[in-house]
Amino acid sequence: MTQLDGVVKPKTRRSKRFLQTRDPKLTENMKTALIMKGGNTSETVTKALKNIYALKKPNAVLYKNKSIFVWLLMVILVFYLQEFFSKKTDCSLFLFGSHNKKRPNNLVFGRMFDFHVLDMIELGIEKFVSLNDIQCSKCAEGTKPLLVFAGEAFETVNEYKRLQSLLTDFFRGPIVPAVRLAGLEHILHFTALEGKIYMRSYRVLLKKSGCRTPRIELEEIGPSFDFVLRRTHLASDDLYKTAHKLPKALKPKKKKNISHDAFGTKFGRLHMQKQNLEKLQTRKMKGLRKRKGEIIQGKEESPKKTKVE
Amino acid sequence: MGVLLTHTHTHTHTHTHARGSKMAASVAELLAKAEKDEAEKLKSITVKKELDLEFDLGNLLAYDKNAVNLRDFRARKKEDFLRALARDNAQLLINEIWKLPTERVDGVVVAQLPEPSTRLPREKPVPKPRLPTKWEQFAKLKGIQKKKKTNLVWDEEHKEWRRRWGYKRANDDTKKWLIEVPATADPSEDQFAKHVRAKKERVARNELNRLRNIARAHKLPVPGVGLAPAAAQSRNELARAEQVARVSTASVGKFQERLPKEKPARGGGGKKRQFKPNVGDLSAEKQKQLELLGVIGNKKPRLDVTKAVNKQMRQEDMEASAKRGKGAGRKGKRKGKGAVSGGQAGKGRKTRKGLGKR
Repeated sequence: MTQLDGVVKPKTRRSKRFLQTRDPKLTENMKTALIMKGGNTSETVTKALKNIYALKKPNAVLYKNKSIFVWLLMVILVFYLQEFFSKKTDCSLFLFGSHNKKRPNNLVFGRMFDFHVLDMIELGIEKFVSLNDIQCSKCAEGTKPLLVFAGEAFETVNEYKRLQSLLTDFFRGPIVPAVRLAGLEHILHFTALEGKIYMRSYRVLLKKSGCRTPRIELEEIGPSFDFVLRRTHLASDDLYKTAHKLPKALKPKKKKNISHDAFGTKFGRLHMQKQNLEKLQTRKMKGLRKRKGEIIQGKEESPKKTKVE
Repeated sequence: MGVLLTHTHTHTHTHTHARGSKMAASVAELLAKAEKDEAEKLKSITVKKELDLEFDLGNLLAYDKNAVNLRDFRARKKEDFLRALARDNAQLLINEIWKLPTERVDGVVVAQLPEPSTRLPREKPVPKPRLPTKWEQFAKLKGIQKKKKTNLVWDEEHKEWRRRWGYKRANDDTKKWLIEVPATADPSEDQFAKHVRAKKERVARNELNRLRNIARAHKLPVPGVGLAPAAAQSRNELARAEQVARVSTASVGKFQERLPKEKPARGGGGKKRQFKPNVGDLSAEKQKQLELLGVIGNKKPRLDVTKAVNKQMRQEDMEASAKRGKGAGRKGKRKGKGAVSGGQAGKGRKTRKGLGKR
């Protein structure tokens, strides 16, 4: 790539396309997650990380690098790794797993905006059942899962709200305009109850009911977690607002010239040019056509007169 | 519903001969049965909840705000409770999804999802619109509109439609087979080469302007002529810039005076060979030539102590590393493969190495 005093201009079409996919855009790419092990990890944590990687398969990268992870320095660590994040992998979600005596089986979910940390939430794993422990057929990877959040806490407590937003970001699949009805196989269910968050993953079986909508039966597949909320590092309100800013081009366009009256009738306005009523195109009645030699009042006399004179 | 009716119809038909009066009663019975069946079927997909769920179908998301029944949770097994809760919520979500408009794509039934309603933060900031180029600014100022041009132009010479620019363009300046020498031009000048050179200059200028536009867009310093000044220049860079400036005169720096503390350029200032003057100190020349003869005729070779010592040291290092390398290699082979590989390696070098190459 040729350099122009700090700006890298691509030499080949392939590298140009590569840079274009990483540019800021109006409608963004799907967020990729960076899954990493922290300083010390237990078997539970390693398995948990691998399972979540399996859930998020095409859009996640799993790194085995055992980088030192200290909470307070986390923000600085991400800053230090900023080049790594931005240049090597274009990831905006991350998941760190670590284990020490004070905080056993720790998972930190986080997301980034413009390669700076936006939100980070630390969850402790209390109980974990992995994919391998549950014996049954699994869903194909890359299916868009149904997400359900249950519990009042997700509405009332601020931290739970952010956690809900983060988990949605993490686990929702690509944004698609249409979905195959028979392909809705996977459901992730989060319940906030008594200070704990239960995450369960089920396979959806569509059974026949008498009518068009099928009856649902669930079969547990996939990892099940019992999380407990530990520390959080949430973004300031203004940074949060900046991150949510919608570009003007994507705002829904208001349709003009539509108005409704009290009864709900839809009105619109049509602007017409002045019409020449004599040259108007109407249905032609053969019997009423003008014939030669016919006396039409007023019109025929005047030309005759001019001829004679 | 339609299927049910025909079913009842056939049923009554068989009974008509036998029981006339009881037909009405059986019809009523069957209708009641039909209604009950319908209700049951709907029951299988209806779920009763205190508060309705909120849905975000663009993300296939459902929010259940109902308080979880803690007594139930503690009474039953945790997993069963969670699964039942999940099943209910999933049923409601699926009911909502099935209400969406569907279409058939490639023989598959597909539901059209609406836009996702939950606002989630972006990954990167909103892209800034790019700055207008110098020409675009000028055009806006003057009010010049862009005229849409046709893709193809008629080429009279080849009698065909050719593209306006690019490969095999119409009216290509460099591909003229006949060029009239203008009256003002030197008769011995190569006009064809002149056209090609002019084209190269145009291309170079275009590229320069493009890069300058980019530099302006990215708010980098735009080079006027020559090197672009970087923010903070190091000593070496300044020295280099000064050198370039000195040589950039019409006489290639021959008459440029040196600044008071400036040292002469390193590397001989572009001169590759130095020659002593022809006239001048003849005795010095004589001395040098006699010395040279003396060195050539000497029986003993001259010894440069530093060079010799360095050479010796290097040789010793190389021997030591070779010995270490060989020893380690041999040890490894002994561990892994045993006598076989040793024998093979001994026979001829063209064994693993030649075969192992992909």
